[in-house]
Amino acid sequence: MNGKKVIQIHHVTRIEGHGNIDIQIKDGKVDKCQWQIVEAPRFFEAALRGRKWNEAAHITSRICAICSIGHTLCSLKATEAALGITISEQTLKLRKLLINGETLQSHILHLGYLVVPDLVGAPSVIPLASTHPAEVLLVVRLHRLANEMSDLIGGRTIHPQRPVVGGFAKWPTVAELENLYQKLESAQSDVMTLAGFVKGLAPNFPKFSRETEYIGLTHPTEYAFYEGEIASTDGGKWPVDNYKSIVNEYLVPHSTAKFARHKRDAYMVGALARFNLNYNKLLPGAKKLADDVGLKPINFNPFMNNVAQLVEVAHAFEDSMQLTKKLLEKWDPEEKPIVSVKAGLGSGSVEVPRGILFHEYEYNKDGEIVWANCVIPTNQNHANIQKDMEALVEEIKERPQEEIELMVEMLVRAYDPCVSCSTH
Amino acid sequence: MDKPRVAFFDFASCEGDQLQIVNLEEDLLKVVGAVDVVSFREAMKGHSDNYDIAFVEGSITRRSDEPRLLEIRKNAKILVAIGACATIGGVNLLKNFQDLESVRKFVYGDKFFQYETYPARPIKAVVPVDLEIHQCPINRDEFVMAFKALLMGKKPEFPNYPVCEDCKKAENICVFEMGMTCMGPVTRAGCGACCVVEGSVCWGCRGFIDHPNADSEREVLAKYGLSVGDILKKFRLYTGFSEVSK
Ligand code: SF4
Ligand code: SF4
Ligand code: SF4
Repeated sequence: MNGKKVIQIHHVTRIEGHGNIDIQIKDGKVDKCQWQIVEAPRFFEAALRGRKWNEAAHITSRICAICSIGHTLCSLKATEAALGITISEQTLKLRKLLINGETLQSHILHLGYLVVPDLVGAPSVIPLASTHPAEVLLVVRLHRLANEMSDLIGGRTIHPQRPVVGGFAKWPTVAELENLYQKLESAQSDVMTLAGFVKGLAPNFPKFSRETEYIGLTHPTEYAFYEGEIASTDGGKWPVDNYKSIVNEYLVPHSTAKFARHKRDAYMVGALARFNLNYNKLLPGAKKLADDVGLKPINFNPFMNNVAQLVEVAHAFEDSMQLTKKLLEKWDPEEKPIVSVKAGLGSGSVEVPRGILFHEYEYNKDGEIVWANCVIPTNQNHANIQKDMEALVEEIKERPQEEIELMVEMLVRAYDPCVSCSTH
Repeated sequence: MDKPRVAFFDFASCEGDQLQIVNLEEDLLKVVGAVDVVSFREAMKGHSDNYDIAFVEGSITRRSDEPRLLEIRKNAKILVAIGACATIGGVNLLKNFQDLESVRKFVYGDKFFQYETYPARPIKAVVPVDLEIHQCPINRDEFVMAFKALLMGKKPEFPNYPVCEDCKKAENICVFEMGMTCMGPVTRAGCGACCVVEGSVCWGCRGFIDHPNADSEREVLAKYGLSVGDILKKFRLYTGFSEVSK
């Protein structure tokens, strides 16, 4: 049967970081199918040793630019847990708003700039500027608003400076928050147009399904991004401190990033995992959008991760408006972080755009890190990408080589992987 | 005249500098209108080895990555290092001040020997660099300024005075007066002292000015109660490479 097909994609494009795909099909039999991580490790966990409590977030933010807000917040949570520091209601709400900013930045970038080109058959967003000018401008507008929101609250789009241990080093003004509220409100129609555009492209998402486990944070009263317990679609809830018994990281020879597994041979984290776990907690507009596009939990198609991202965009806009309103009802620009240093061990977790993230640090009595561990969403997805790729290639192995190539690239892209982040 | 051909590459990094470029939004579309982007893995499919200007992000941390950089150097007429990781080594350098075997074991356990690494270094430690755009991450406006200058065949100028000057212009209260410590006096300005503006301190991410008065900075830090070890750590957060390359 149609001889030999060899697919070697060296450095998959339109993803963050360096990953290769190696597939060999001979006489209708898949001889090799491998997702390889070739990124240079940066050894952040080791580098943290000896650094101070007020540097951990600054350093770990640099694990990943696109999730730098999430890394900062996760790091602050771990340090606060270790030092026994509690934060105010205002800090909590503003951090939730900040993490929404990141979810929006990242999802809009991924959908608009990285995924849509595949769906309309273009190599990048650049030619789309002439073929789909209105849509590109819409994406640009929404992306810029998400960036502005992150700038306003974090003090910078990438590697935020304002969030610090115990709270914020600088607060937005009431006028700035009011202005943000208005902008979010008037962006609602853009969100709906974007939804319509992606919905129109939804039939172009490949039909594929493979049962797996989904893991993420869950919270009794909200769609969890900033806080909650670890939950699995296979059942079970665990406190964040137990994260090691969930992630079970292990090494494989063809990857500089660690892999992870829970009860099965792989699990998935990210927008689709959150959607599958927390569908009931979506705000009304986002839930309606999900129903409109026919996305229901539990969905086992990894390509639908992109649609789940769209649903989360709608949710994050709605939620941000509510949070901004609540913050404006009671606002204290004089609040200062209160920190005292002691020895301790603490872990933190947040949902970053690509899934559940964990940081854990041990401090000595001088507030210096003696041990650190970071488990990145894409680490947790690598094994699932591998398993999906195996199943997908088996299904489509008879198709022309170029088609297989495009499909496996699209599969990897659907996960929105942060490869350099996972290699940290 | 043909449009200049431009390519983007990254080594050990967080890709924040390329993200800053993507974050230029409409301005990006204007900038790319003036050039042919032939390689930008993070944003587009396809690649060509025929380019005039190469922007390189990240540090070199493995010998096996050097050939790729040498190839880029060979192909590019102008090689521009972007971001602190590429210009001064950035936070990647932190591991250099620990025993590298212990660093590898800490992360990879008993399989550490399968994971290659060497002391992290900026791009200029491996190949000659024509231009450096500093900061972690790069500043969008500065990038556009430098890019435009390059297209006009000029060499962009960057400040060679300390962040404190930017800081005074921004009318910040000096953090030393509030009991905190700062690398501003020895760090290259051009960022508007943005971290101090946002309630933090200058961490030194734009690297040293050409002739930093490092001794006086050490004295000031000591006066503010920092131990010799802490002062060293502060200098090593971003500017550790100048220590080893001396
Ligand atoms: S300089 Fe900063 S933003 Fe650029 S790659 Fe390094 S850590 Fe990331
Ligand atoms: S805060 Fe830092 S940068 Fe600003 S004047 Fe003081 S020392 Fe200089
Ligand atoms: S203030 Fe200092 S740390 Fe902040 S951007 Fe400027 S040089 Fe970098």
